[in-house]
Amino acid sequence: MIGALLTMMAAVAVAIAVQRNLFAVVILAGAYSFLMATVLFALDAPDVAMTEASVGAGISTVLLLGALHLAKSVEMKPLRRPFLPLAVAVATGLVLAYGTLGLPAYYDPQAPIHTHVVPRYLEQGLKETGVPNIVTAVLASYRGYDTLGETTVVFTAGVGVVALLRRLRRRGGKEGR
Amino acid sequence: MRDYLVLRVVAKLLIGFMVLFALYVQFHGDFGPGGGFQAGVISAAAIIFYGIIYGLPAARAVVPEWLVETMLAAGVLLYALVGVAGIVLGGNYLDYFVLGADPVAGQHRGIFWVELGVLITVAGVMLKIFYLFAGRAGGEEPPS
Repeated sequence: MIGALLTMMAAVAVAIAVQRNLFAVVILAGAYSFLMATVLFALDAPDVAMTEASVGAGISTVLLLGALHLAKSVEMKPLRRPFLPLAVAVATGLVLAYGTLGLPAYYDPQAPIHTHVVPRYLEQGLKETGVPNIVTAVLASYRGYDTLGETTVVFTAGVGVVALLRRLRRRGGKEGR
Repeated sequence: MRDYLVLRVVAKLLIGFMVLFALYVQFHGDFGPGGGFQAGVISAAAIIFYGIIYGLPAARAVVPEWLVETMLAAGVLLYALVGVAGIVLGGNYLDYFVLGADPVAGQHRGIFWVELGVLITVAGVMLKIFYLFAGRAGGEEPPS
């Protein structure tokens, strides 16, 4: 199941790299995100799957289409054949694949990540917070500082976009807003 | 897209359910999958959907620019103030146990307000980015 989905994701990724029509690339990127969301759902992570489907397949696709509206919809052929970037990308991919060999097996309950604070969260979470969804309990309560940081990151990203596009508007427009 | 009757009717039918689903994801996040981030994105998507079908001015009439820009900062402020409330009531920063009569009620209250803060900021940022992109695409200003 997950293997088939990952194979489809790899095929979509290759199609994105080969495709020159940017409209097709945007739609394929949405399909990629949706496959990713399905993989996450198959891994019993519906919270993350919901985020991936709404942000990756939903909002990003709309924003990319909006950006596409401002630009030409066909990517130009590169002037030179980019062999050096290809070599760097392949080498990095091989190193990453080599790195996964050192990871614990996927469903291994003795993996370090499952033996640190996870047992306490799972055993005490419902008693301490009264929230049955352990993801919400960890996200909003046990890891409240992290989520405050994440919200600040989202805020900063929004402010960054506002600052960038506002400045262009003032330079380009003549209303002096 | 204002001329497509089918899209207009379907959009009007769907947007109510989208907002309702966002509220469900927000307030049922304690029991099922979801929470502030997902609900924020879904509610922003409902407004963006409305904007795509009925045009940007119609969306701006529903959720005006000043409201979106206030939401941007208000969510993070709300989140940070929940932390300050924990200090004022005699706990640590972001300590929810002191927010209610008993620890579990305090946790519920803390998580509720924190998730609401996340929803407000996420929805505000998504809408702001869409407004800025769509505003440029709509020929609102001359290209430089």
